[in-house]
Amino acid sequence: MTSSLCVCITSSELAQSLPVSFTMTKLLEWLFAVSLVGVAWGLVTFDLLDFQFPAVYREVAWPMPVYLLVVFGCYSLATVGYRVATFNDCEEAARELQGQIQEAKEDLKKKGLKI
Amino acid sequence: MTKWPTNSDKYSVLLPTYNERENLPLIVWLLVKYFGESGYNYEIIVIDDGSPDGTLQIAEQLQKIYGHDKIVLRPRPKKLGLGTAYIHGIKHATGNFIIIMDADLSHHPKFIPQFIEKQKEGGYDLISGTRYRGDGGVYGWDLRRKLISRGANFITQVLLRPGASDLTGSFRLYKKNVLESLVERCVSKGYVFQMEMIVRARQLGYTIGEVPISFVDRVYGESKLGGNEIVSFLKGLLTLFATT
Repeated sequence: MTSSLCVCITSSELAQSLPVSFTMTKLLEWLFAVSLVGVAWGLVTFDLLDFQFPAVYREVAWPMPVYLLVVFGCYSLATVGYRVATFNDCEEAARELQGQIQEAKEDLKKKGLKI
Repeated sequence: MTKWPTNSDKYSVLLPTYNERENLPLIVWLLVKYFGESGYNYEIIVIDDGSPDGTLQIAEQLQKIYGHDKIVLRPRPKKLGLGTAYIHGIKHATGNFIIIMDADLSHHPKFIPQFIEKQKEGGYDLISGTRYRGDGGVYGWDLRRKLISRGANFITQVLLRPGASDLTGSFRLYKKNVLESLVERCVSKGYVFQMEMIVRARQLGYTIGEVPISFVDRVYGESKLGGNEIVSFLKGLLTLFATT
């Protein structure tokens, strides 16, 4: 698996000099990761290779995909919520700009700018 | 910290304008002020796309006031898009660094010396002004706008893992050759174009530094972010996801 990854990812120096280079797109990376996880999940949940796992493995593995999606959903909501709440409001910057606009207009008039 | 003017570095500021008759003199005044105080060598390239409000005439007056070496005019006959404006600007830039920014005073030139210092500090190929980190921020956005902004940025981070916090920002400093190689590779439009630049920069192994900036939105009240823009942003994002 790692060797096929190495084939897919070219070095960035090469990428800079060649007009076209093959790098794995983000979509392909995702599909690859999802299929890895999917295969692992299927293997454990349905005991596809007949490993005879203890029942508890199967019970835990089975709802994992949904559970992880829910966890990710909650993480996303919390992160975006936090970032919106802490989004800086640049009151000071707006005031400074207003002041400088006045200063600029006067200075430019002095220098001969005609609007 | 004393700033010594560096003899070899020159910074070309690209200002694509369309109907910026009122803002152009102000942004130029601010640029002249902060570059003057910092001692760095610079030029301002105004790329006006045939503005009907007389932006070009104002630019000509500014040229008389500040000099033809500092204010360079490279107008175009009509609105031709940002990517081509950059290409056009680069062709006429005599600096080895290019600064791109908006001409409507949402980007403040006071950050440019910080961009320059950060670039020298780390030898970065590009510096991105970020509204989302440190004491970066925005003025003039309501809750809805902030939510859309942070939400879109979150989705972008998850899907593209770009290694930069502000992808749709357009206040940046590039090494001239880096900007050239990126613009020729990028195909998107609008917000997505700026995102694609960062994503391709990462692909090509260029180093990116960040400087927190404040973005003062004075036009938000007039032009709300509508459904169409959101849809085209998502389309663009998914295209980048599938092709980079």
